Amino acid sequence: MRILKTLGAAGCGAALLVASAVSARAVELSFYYPVAVGGPITKIIDSMVADFEKADPGITIKAIYSGTYQETITKALTALKSGEPPHVAVILSTDMFTLIDEDAILPFDELATGPEGKKWLNAFYPAFMANSRTGGKTWGIPFQRSTVVQYWNKEAFKEAGLDPEKPPKTWDEMVAFGKKLTKRDANGHVTQWGLQIPTSGFPYWLFQALATENGAILMNEAGTEVHFDDPKVIGALQFLVDLSKKDGIMPAGITEWGTTPEDFFQRKIAMMWTTTGNLTNVKAKAPFPFGVAQLPAHARPGSPTGGGNFYIFKKTTPEQRQAALKFVEFMTSPERAAEWGIKTGYVAVRPDAWETPAMKEYVASFPAAAVARDQLASAVAEFSTHENQRVTKALNDGLQAALTGTKTPAQAMKDAQREADRILRPYRH
Amino acid sequence: MRRFEPQIQGWLLLLPAAVLLVAFTHYPAVATVWHSFFSTARGGRAAQFIGLDNYRDMMDDPVFWQALRNNAVFALGTIPVSIALALLMALWVNGRILGRGMLRLAFFTPTVLPMIAVANIWLFFYTPGYGLIDQLGSLFGLPEHNWLGNRDTVLGCLIVVTVWKEAGFFMIFYLAALQQISPVLGEAAAVEGAGRWYFFRRVTFPLLMPTTLFVLVNAVINSFRLVDHVVAMTKGGPDNASALLLYYIYDVGFRFWDTGYAAALTVVLLVILAVLALGQFLILERRVHYQ
Repeated sequence: MRILKTLGAAGCGAALLVASAVSARAVELSFYYPVAVGGPITKIIDSMVADFEKADPGITIKAIYSGTYQETITKALTALKSGEPPHVAVILSTDMFTLIDEDAILPFDELATGPEGKKWLNAFYPAFMANSRTGGKTWGIPFQRSTVVQYWNKEAFKEAGLDPEKPPKTWDEMVAFGKKLTKRDANGHVTQWGLQIPTSGFPYWLFQALATENGAILMNEAGTEVHFDDPKVIGALQFLVDLSKKDGIMPAGITEWGTTPEDFFQRKIAMMWTTTGNLTNVKAKAPFPFGVAQLPAHARPGSPTGGGNFYIFKKTTPEQRQAALKFVEFMTSPERAAEWGIKTGYVAVRPDAWETPAMKEYVASFPAAAVARDQLASAVAEFSTHENQRVTKALNDGLQAALTGTKTPAQAMKDAQREADRILRPYRH
Repeated sequence: MRRFEPQIQGWLLLLPAAVLLVAFTHYPAVATVWHSFFSTARGGRAAQFIGLDNYRDMMDDPVFWQALRNNAVFALGTIPVSIALALLMALWVNGRILGRGMLRLAFFTPTVLPMIAVANIWLFFYTPGYGLIDQLGSLFGLPEHNWLGNRDTVLGCLIVVTVWKEAGFFMIFYLAALQQISPVLGEAAAVEGAGRWYFFRRVTFPLLMPTTLFVLVNAVINSFRLVDHVVAMTKGGPDNASALLLYYIYDVGFRFWDTGYAAALTVVLLVILAVLALGQFLILERRVHYQ
């Protein structure tokens, strides 16, 4: 018995010693990050985290791969409600209002103070900051950000008698090219579709590109009003529905976001719309020469931005906040932003990242990498409101109802508008 | 004092199980009912007592009704077919046939696989164009089909996956029950000149009734409880055509964080399950003969 007690006491003492040694040596941060595109993303993150720990031995980062974007915010909010949120996380820029409403995150302005801090907060592309600021405060720092671009199969263009170096520049061209690119066998079954704009999961994102090009703005800056029943929005939806129904250049029904690149590699589709975040994946896997271009324009060119921002959570000690800020600064420094962009295809989030030697060399050897950056000039903030998940679902449901033919585009958008108004009413005062 | 000792002992023996049951089943159920009368707390605003407002909202919520309808179709599509299939497979692999062990294993394999793995396998089967089903179809000149992207086929696709997954599991229970049936009965029936169908209808099936009841209860619960494949395959889409009740509860609770409304939806699910289970026991119990 006595032996047990002694052992126990010794054990406790040792544990205390270890604990105090650790706290004196290092701040430990938990970091949630999602993976939304193909390629070995987790390895890239791990190596960047390891580099940071080497550069700053006082801080340890516990990097936790947390699934898709959707799963990441679910996990972060669940952890928040149980009292232990992550210290830092990469979450969709559009979830900013949700995180603010849940009182989960800190504005960066409170941490990055002084002229240095101000300069840092203004180092990023304004198009990305549109989804990172509200009410005069900066709540997120852009990290894995993207825009929608079109990819086209140059071989298929050549076969169809089109110039393989000229992607469609307007909606009309896209439809005309699509008709030439759609191939049918003797039975009339399509063997190659002209175009695919995937509509599963989060159709609102690609649809927002069409709505923007048609001259519509989907929501106000405060995130309290939406304009789904604007005739221009309905017109954009009609165009999307007609791509398969009238023009016959796109598969009918709901097409899968995840398998769209695979459809492209398998030559089932000649043109696809997807995130620039897929660029490196496509470059590695496409068995034919392909091109990347900005989306075709209609009333105007345009694409929403997309992707994830860094957030720092409120439930942190001052040391942890400073450490988290250091980590975010490191991950978004010009060199790291360039490295991240090259390895994944995401848009390096600040202009000076494009001036680094590594990035210059990459763009020189692979000009497609700069397409998404150049598109930022016409990019708009991604759709985001209070109760974002719920309002977005109303829009997604409406889009899918129109695409599957259960409602007319006008009816679907009117219903979505009514639902969104009901949800957002408490936030309008 | 002495008189109570066996009583105390009995309660003590029950205690560990009772504690777990109360902590993880009864308390959450009661708490859910309680929470369903409150609004959802958000950031600064605390939860407020709002009486039946959550239930009133539910009446006006088209997605709730759609999910309920889908769930009814899903239950009617999965339960009878998977039970019939299970019985058929059990009868088959209970006979003396070549490769019986392999056959039993093959039928049981889907049960061993996690639902997420199953869903991903079937996701590939259903892929338009180069998925297994479309590739087989193209051999016969059928056009490609967007199975999961079409409102009319998506729920049917989920039903097929569930039947495939469940039938093997239920088969095991039937197989065990069939082996409990004394061979004497079969011999006697043969002597009397009863046909195989007659023997099944009048002897085997009635003797299997306790198993059927057990399997039925499980099948009903599963039809409301299994949503892993919805998450992996369709996320309830397109336009809620494959949303089941529990999936919708998850959406409301953990995507929208409207916990008050999610609690009200959960209460509805609890009531449905309780009524179904009670009905099964009260009505079917009378027709079940335990040996």
